[in-house]
Amino acid sequence: MRRARLVLRSIAPFLVALPVLWLVQGVLPSYYSFVFINIAVNVILAVSLNVVNGFTGQFSIGHAAFMAVGAYTAALITSGMETFQVAGLPLGGSDAVIFFVALAAGMAAAALAGMLVGIPSLRLRGDYLAIVTLGFGEIIRVVIENTRVLGQATGISGLPAYTNVVWAGMGVVATVVMARRLLLSTQGRALLAIREDEVAAEAMGVDTVGWKVRAFVISAAFAGLAGALLVHKIQLVTPRMFTFVKSMEVVVMVVLGGMGSITGSIVAATLLTVALESLQAADQYRMVIFSMLLIVLMLTRPSGLFGTREIWDAMPRWLRRGAGGGAT
Amino acid sequence: MTEFLQHVVNGVSLGTIYALIALGYTMVYGVLKLINFAHGDVYMAAAFAGFYIATALDVRDHPTIGKAVLVFVGAMAAAGALGWAIERFAYRPLRNRPRLATLITAIGVSFLLEYGFQLPSLQAQGRTFEEVLRGWGWGVPGWLDALVGVLPSSFPPGPTPRFFPEPFTRVDWTVLGGVHISNYDVVSFTVAVAFMLGLQWVVYRTRFGMAMRAVSFDPRVAGLMGIPVNRVISATFVLGSVLAAVAALLVAGSRPRIDPIMGLMPGLKAFVAAVFGGIGNVPGAMLGGIVLGLAEEMVAGYTVSSFRDGIAFAILILVLILRPEGLLGRVTVEKV
Amino acid sequence: MRADRAVALLAASLVAVACQSKKPEAEAPAKAAASAPVAAPASDKILVGHVGSMTGSEATFGQSTDNGIKLAIEQWNAKGGVKGKPITLRTLDSQGKPEEAAVAATRLIVNDKVNLLLGEVASSRSLAMAPVADGNGTPMITPSSTNPRVTKDKDKVRPFVFRVCFIDPFQGTVMAKFARNDRKIGRVAILRDVGNDYSMGLADYFLAKFKELGGTIVDDQSYKAGDQDFKAQLTAIKNKNPEAIYVPGYYTDVALIARQARELGMKQPLLGGDGWDSVKLYEIGGKAIEGSFFSNHYSPDDPSPRIQEFVKAYKARFGVVPDGLAAQGYDAAMVGFDAMNRAADGSGAAVRDAIAATKDYPGVTGIITIDANHDAVKPAVVLEVKNGTSVYVTTVAP
Repeated sequence: MRRARLVLRSIAPFLVALPVLWLVQGVLPSYYSFVFINIAVNVILAVSLNVVNGFTGQFSIGHAAFMAVGAYTAALITSGMETFQVAGLPLGGSDAVIFFVALAAGMAAAALAGMLVGIPSLRLRGDYLAIVTLGFGEIIRVVIENTRVLGQATGISGLPAYTNVVWAGMGVVATVVMARRLLLSTQGRALLAIREDEVAAEAMGVDTVGWKVRAFVISAAFAGLAGALLVHKIQLVTPRMFTFVKSMEVVVMVVLGGMGSITGSIVAATLLTVALESLQAADQYRMVIFSMLLIVLMLTRPSGLFGTREIWDAMPRWLRRGAGGGAT
Repeated sequence: MTEFLQHVVNGVSLGTIYALIALGYTMVYGVLKLINFAHGDVYMAAAFAGFYIATALDVRDHPTIGKAVLVFVGAMAAAGALGWAIERFAYRPLRNRPRLATLITAIGVSFLLEYGFQLPSLQAQGRTFEEVLRGWGWGVPGWLDALVGVLPSSFPPGPTPRFFPEPFTRVDWTVLGGVHISNYDVVSFTVAVAFMLGLQWVVYRTRFGMAMRAVSFDPRVAGLMGIPVNRVISATFVLGSVLAAVAALLVAGSRPRIDPIMGLMPGLKAFVAAVFGGIGNVPGAMLGGIVLGLAEEMVAGYTVSSFRDGIAFAILILVLILRPEGLLGRVTVEKV
Repeated sequence: MRADRAVALLAASLVAVACQSKKPEAEAPAKAAASAPVAAPASDKILVGHVGSMTGSEATFGQSTDNGIKLAIEQWNAKGGVKGKPITLRTLDSQGKPEEAAVAATRLIVNDKVNLLLGEVASSRSLAMAPVADGNGTPMITPSSTNPRVTKDKDKVRPFVFRVCFIDPFQGTVMAKFARNDRKIGRVAILRDVGNDYSMGLADYFLAKFKELGGTIVDDQSYKAGDQDFKAQLTAIKNKNPEAIYVPGYYTDVALIARQARELGMKQPLLGGDGWDSVKLYEIGGKAIEGSFFSNHYSPDDPSPRIQEFVKAYKARFGVVPDGLAAQGYDAAMVGFDAMNRAADGSGAAVRDAIAATKDYPGVTGIITIDANHDAVKPAVVLEVKNGTSVYVTTVAP
């Protein structure tokens, strides 16, 4: 009985979110659902980057590369399987299954890439790590641009438009649930310990090496999810979509929200996406305003909007039970 | 054999540019432990400063040595001023904050320069500064008018690449049976070596150099010892920016296309060069630059040339995995 | 997870969703008021949307195209508009990124309800826009995208997407034929921009045709747009001794490549495509680019009165001689308006049918006929760089 309750609790967010999203999808007009999906993708990116930058205190600025790996993997699968149909399922169901497989594969590939990047990070700190992640981002882009199978510079077009409000929303739910549970778990404490003082953590027996790599792997996997979702909306994947500038946009979202705060990442990602959308008319000034925002932010409030606080910390005690209290 | 020698010449020529930029990186990192992401963009700004001065002096149609000198000096001054301003307003307030904050700010400054230079100038929009201010409902105070008047009317240059006029005439020689080398290559190399030696002398034989080294060991204690830490750091930035300006003008003279994002890649590669040679080490930066230039050239020439940019990062990762202190650096032990 | 936390999360996500729905609505009316003439697409006005790279490294392409479109609109409005309705233009910046192009296209089509979508220059961005146009039944004409996939999705022709330029398979072969037949060249080296699908496409088709005609490709090197140093690739090419070098890139890089080739003592002519077309090519390339050839859509010194009138009108309006992109933008818009004029009614499908039926339209970039693949059947011209400008050499028919 207890087991069943535990399982139910763990999938509760998904069960609750699904009908809500379906409703939203039915109601939302076409343009706004596009914006919603953009916001969702950015939220996933920001929260996943927060795992490495915020929780673990490392500095990764090559996040777009993991997006790319996930996006291309999923794209290869969906474009390859376009004419297939899963036996016994209606067309819509078959598409959903294929898409799910593609997303999962994208996440797995991105996770692998995360491991490859995480390993050199073992020996590096701060600025050096940042540059190495940047370097990996560029290397992955160069490799994509040189690989025929991946379409080189042209990329892969004609991807089926699988992503909709429901898929994107579920992606967000999955990412946020993952992040929050990680934060509140013992494993999460290991990450936080590394952030606070890596040498002390090592001395206390925390496997800093292993945990740093794991942080990268998790973060990369969800970035891959975001990438796969995005490209199946605009039905095109090209290497130029995943540049260093994109990585920095995600970094700004994380920093703006507060490194270490999931709520902050969600809020900041939403705000920034909407702001960049509405600044469309400002053309060239967009990026200038963006960079000035970054500088001003770092000069005045480097802890970001939320610091390390979360929205659920502010809720009255009866609404939440303490971290680790009872069954988790 | 000729091909190989030509590649060597090309590689060294390329490498000296990286070396000059790397010198700036290495000095700033040595003193502040900061990767100045905006360094590549100071390089770009210097190229444009030189471009505007050269255009104002009409170097394209009437080049003279005097004008060339003015272009160089002017660009170096502009770069120095920009470097000083960046340090003063963007980095100094964050001196006591975690390094990550400064790194992010550096990236912000870098973007600001890159995208700021891509804005269309008022001239391109067909408006004047007065019109803009009046449109906002403001009057035009005299001093503001004068200040804006100093800036060239076609600033910011916008995203279109510009053609940089040659500061001094190019002379090509063919040596050793088919290898082409130009006076630009020779001058770049000589200048780079001269600067490296000069910098070494400054760092190890002058009081200012001693102050720099003291600040790089421990800024707080250095301050307690009476060293004007802020001034030393400012001076370091100015010096690094001046070097970047020299590199920019040499590049712009021999590869005469300049655009607002020309600093991004060379900046990153120069950083790799600095790390490769041992960050904080002056001869290391020079060595790293040359080696990187040669490596890039050989890879591009003999294998798949499109991996050219990737080579720099591959080297970086290898260096950081195998020998993070670089070729000529010293291993530092982290104490707690 | 506990039920209460689930509730909290649900509340949070609901709030997030609700907030998102509200903000864009608040934004949209403010934007409409603030920006330049955006007519509400009532049935008595024609609204044309243009997605172009107004910023970024290809900003000149987007801006030139925009100018060409503006000129076309002004000329039609001077004649009273299309079927009496005035035309307004709304241009959005794709920033050189495909996903921004998709967003911009969606805005124009879904929000602003444009009657016609024009854009983009680069095929990768047009590819991002095409599904949006198809999905919403809005006719789209790309002025300069040459990748065949823009109008053809695998084997199906995209119902609402057209182009008024030739495609890469054709342009690549043009230069191959010219080199082999006119110039009697047997050995060519290729230097392609690996980050640019246009360049890659042209290089591939050139390679195939040149070999088919019996020529030899002695080397195939690549670079990235924005590189400043090409000496490594050029030195390797020099060693293989080609008679010409095919450089199907953009003028910014080609100019530098030409200079550096001459510095290395290489005297071979360069061959290229319409990406060379810009005044800056001659400015930066200088003497180094003299004697090289490139294929293009049109030549501004073509004596035909139609072209000369266009050049004069453009120069009077914008102060510079129009480059190929401006001419293409002009033609795309003109073909679109001509089709709208002929269309049975203002609906997307009717306009689409009218565009598809375009036959022998006298554009400034050639006589335009839209074929079954929604591509324009047009000849290409080959130009030679001489005395700091381009001169017409010959025309190659499809």
